[in-house]
Amino acid sequence: MAKRSVCKFFAYALCILLSIIILLPLGWIILNSLKTNPEMFMDSLALPESVQFVNYVNAWNKGLYQYFGNSVFVSAVSLIMILTLSSLLAYGITRFRAKGSTLIFLIVLGGMALSEQVALVPLFKILNATGLYNTYAAVILPYIAFRIPFTVFLMRSYFISIPTELEEAAIVDGYNSLQIFLKIIIPISKPIFAACAIVNLNFVWNEFLFANVFLNDKTLQTIPIGLMTFKGDLRTDYTTTLAGLVIASLPLIILFFCMSKQFVKGLTAGAVKG
Amino acid sequence: MKTKKRTPYFYMLPGVLMVLLFVYIPVLTNIVYSFFRLSSYSAGQTFVGLDNYRRFFTDPVFPIMLKNNILYCVISLIVQVGFGTFLALVLDSTLIKGKAKNFFRNLYYMPALISLTAVGLMFTFIYEPNIGFLNKVLEIFGLEGHSWLGDSKLAIFSIIAMSQWQFTGYITLLMVVAFQNVSQDYIEAAKIDGAGPVKRALTIMLPLAKEQLLVCTIITVIGAFKLYTEVYATTSGGPGNSSQVLGVFLYQQAFLHDDLGMAAVTGVFIFVVTVALSILQIRITRSGEI
Repeated sequence: MAKRSVCKFFAYALCILLSIIILLPLGWIILNSLKTNPEMFMDSLALPESVQFVNYVNAWNKGLYQYFGNSVFVSAVSLIMILTLSSLLAYGITRFRAKGSTLIFLIVLGGMALSEQVALVPLFKILNATGLYNTYAAVILPYIAFRIPFTVFLMRSYFISIPTELEEAAIVDGYNSLQIFLKIIIPISKPIFAACAIVNLNFVWNEFLFANVFLNDKTLQTIPIGLMTFKGDLRTDYTTTLAGLVIASLPLIILFFCMSKQFVKGLTAGAVKG
Repeated sequence: MKTKKRTPYFYMLPGVLMVLLFVYIPVLTNIVYSFFRLSSYSAGQTFVGLDNYRRFFTDPVFPIMLKNNILYCVISLIVQVGFGTFLALVLDSTLIKGKAKNFFRNLYYMPALISLTAVGLMFTFIYEPNIGFLNKVLEIFGLEGHSWLGDSKLAIFSIIAMSQWQFTGYITLLMVVAFQNVSQDYIEAAKIDGAGPVKRALTIMLPLAKEQLLVCTIITVIGAFKLYTEVYATTSGGPGNSSQVLGVFLYQQAFLHDDLGMAAVTGVFIFVVTVALSILQIRITRSGEI
């Protein structure tokens, strides 16, 4: 028993130490985002004389609101399309025993191994030729396409685990396949939809490579690009930049902590079974 | 289910079409581009055979990038996959209470939710030599600070350390989820056989979560070779080319030097390395299953 308490002590010590390593840098960022610049340069570890919420107001007004709005729009459209197309695809693959569905699944899955960098130059050319370059569609279309493989991968294993009896009963009731999808499959698949939503939102909200190359206009750029521009524009105004970083990072963190139960439940169900 | 033969394909079509149009076709086109000299601003292109490849492999930056990407890959495998999995085992064990378990798991995952750009910018402040957090803390302990991102010997390691801070908790979460799926029956049976926690981890948890472990190593390895934002947001490959990586090199060739052919070759190289390593890992995992 004594041995067990020692183990317990070390396990907690490790977990708490790691928590400190995660939280301290973040705490320092938040602390300095509430100071004036001279205060930060004097001593970046000291507490502020008075809390400068004005940094947050400045960051928001100095252009962050526009990047924020663009990110909300791009993320919402991409996310809806990713979830719709992926769930339809996973439904088609898993619930019909259609010829060639394994092959189609493997082709889609193969997309997971293809990285954005490899497609960058041709996509740039294609978007230029079709006049889509520097529009919202220039990032939304590639986002959807690049996220379908992983999303289908997660949804497929969830859909496979749904018992067929439910569908058989629905067919007796005269449902067609689309009604079955909308009224039976979707409602019982909520956890996997939640998990896929967070995973994909994390990607889309934070994506940098495509957004940096395909969006040239400041009025269209998303938050990650905005932050880079922002830092360049503000140069020595460190504390406002820090406030901007906090504003940009908060939405997903809040969303995650609200949905973490659903998220983990969905991931557990979608994960490869051991 | 009794439906028209065509029905399932209608469900699959839109998604498959998107993947083919915006993933497969560009990747294949990229291979074609690698044999041409071409520019972003004109439609003209000249066939140059393997000349782009010759230039790529003889570029003095090539060995530096390769070394940096491999370093990033190896360290990430050790810290994120190795230590991250160990951490998942600790969180999955009975040593930590249920509520604390979820709290730690969520907390460790949190940095992965912050954008790579934001983390990159945050760490340019943390690594700042005069007022940055790291040097200030070292000062308290009487240790000497460094110009972490400005020193050509330290820059790539500072970037790698930042990534470990951000993504170890992500792998831990994925592994915790896999361990939860391991049937309690096996664990109970092993307990009855007198297997201690270490033995249970090695003989039951890890083998049964093997597939997820494979997914984690593949994600980590692919991530290491398409590394881009972390470097772009901190050093842009500098000082000199000391922290240059394939992804940033590709971007700079294409959009700073307008050398799309060279960028395409870099893309093909990333493609070959990631696909080859993924297949290799799948082979290794499968070969254990006899």
